[in-house]
Amino acid sequence: MPKIITSKDVHLSYGPKEALHGISLDFEEHDITALIGPSGCGKSTYLRCLNRMNDLIKGVKITGSMKLEDQDIYAPGTDIVDLRKRVGMVFQQPNPFPFSVYENVAYGLRLAGEKDKHVLDERVETSLKQAAIWDEVKDHLYENALSFSGGQQQRICVARVLAVQPEVVLLDEPTSALDPISSAKIEDTLMNIRDQYTIIIVTHNMQQASRISDKTAFLLNGDLVEFSKTEKMFIHPDDEKTSDYLNGKFG
Amino acid sequence: MDEIKHDLQNPSKATHEDLFGRGITYLCIGFVSLLVISILYFITTRGLATFTTNHVSLWKFLSGTNWNPSLLDKHGNPQIGALPMIVTSFSVTVLAAVVATPFALGVALFMTEIAPERGTKILQPVIELLVGIPSVVYGFIGLSVIVPLIRHSFGGTGFGILAGTLVLFVMVLPTITSLSVDSIKAVPMFYRSASLALGATRWQTIYKVVLRSATPGILTAVIFGMSRAFGEALAVQMVIGNAVLMPHGLLTPSSTLTSQLTTGIGNTTMGTLPNNALWSLALILLLMSLVFNILVRVIGKRGALKK
Repeated sequence: MPKIITSKDVHLSYGPKEALHGISLDFEEHDITALIGPSGCGKSTYLRCLNRMNDLIKGVKITGSMKLEDQDIYAPGTDIVDLRKRVGMVFQQPNPFPFSVYENVAYGLRLAGEKDKHVLDERVETSLKQAAIWDEVKDHLYENALSFSGGQQQRICVARVLAVQPEVVLLDEPTSALDPISSAKIEDTLMNIRDQYTIIIVTHNMQQASRISDKTAFLLNGDLVEFSKTEKMFIHPDDEKTSDYLNGKFG
Repeated sequence: MDEIKHDLQNPSKATHEDLFGRGITYLCIGFVSLLVISILYFITTRGLATFTTNHVSLWKFLSGTNWNPSLLDKHGNPQIGALPMIVTSFSVTVLAAVVATPFALGVALFMTEIAPERGTKILQPVIELLVGIPSVVYGFIGLSVIVPLIRHSFGGTGFGILAGTLVLFVMVLPTITSLSVDSIKAVPMFYRSASLALGATRWQTIYKVVLRSATPGILTAVIFGMSRAFGEALAVQMVIGNAVLMPHGLLTPSSTLTSQLTTGIGNTTMGTLPNNALWSLALILLLMSLVFNILVRVIGKRGALKK
């Protein structure tokens, strides 16, 4: 399968403190890749490099190369707005805007200048269906998105990202603030869309990684320890540290 | 044994202190409430005396355009039409808010979104300084700079609603700015990151998400500004012209409720019609500030429900 994102020797430092010590990871198209590791290992930081969300933090320095297809993500001429349209992101905390469900999902489309009501309606519906939330919100499209439960809000956020039709969807611990049932629904959603999108998910939950991902990367203290097919990693990890982490010896 | 019994059955030292502290706060609250109630009572009874004792009709008071309380007109009726002052008061208030709001929002956005560190460092003291300048100084500047400027540019005397608006604009600017800054700062960071992650530019994020989420707070800020403008007396009195005439434009001298009160209150005798008429103006001011307060509450509640 063709690679959609390639990264080589990515170093990132907050001021004098280096958080990523040279990470090289490639992601194949239409794969679900899970990034796992204990808190503070740099998995979220790495994820946020992919759509340049780290640019918002002051004093961050990034070296190494990151490419989305052939385009260098950190080249001086890169259009960040365009990059973020191609690489969408779902956050840890459900963060719908305090607008209606419809306005939330249509937000990205309106940004892109879409005004045709039919197109908007259709894309909102498709996205909500893809995110497996349509049945729960179809009669409440014009209600405030914040009046829904946390799990529903998170799926609305997923729909909001899908509406822009990105190529890659980044998820930063999307279920860690949710109860098990809502988490399972988010996982269903991801299974639902795996054929159309490349998904990279950061998770604390090893079982979740083993359930849904094709490949898993294990990070520890800013280093990539192991990256292989999920089945292989969970059954025959190459590295002892991976084995220890997966068996709950630390983390 | 007896000692334990005594300790258990009588309040401890801590309980006494607690009661004492509570007593003091209740005393203070009671005193303040009494003060507010007596002010309300005083203004209301005095303000209503025009209608009860002097038998002026309320409608004539609110819709009449002749104001000359010390003289009777040719039919022998008192001339106390407050409409010109009501109109002028509302005009300067609304115009000042309309002019000040865009500037205030610009400054607030600069301080919060565009250059949070530098902007706050420079502009915060400026805003605090603007709040601290006494209103008589604003009036004086208005009288010696703005009024001549208007006179030279547009003709006329220079006194009037335009001059009042310009002075009030500077006076309400810090109020609206600092309250807007608070409400924009209260917009959670994750709305901004969500918007940026969807491919919005910073400006799109500001006007589609930040300003929209902060709207209830910004409206509150504008109303607070209006209530300040409505109640401001001294600075306005110095530039408005103090002629109780129906304003025919922004440049003709006129008079607001407050400026008429400050001008007239020293020249009347307590209990006479001219004095009572002034109290009625004060009553209108009081009612309006109540309305502003209620509006702020209603908007605050609506905004809170949304979150």
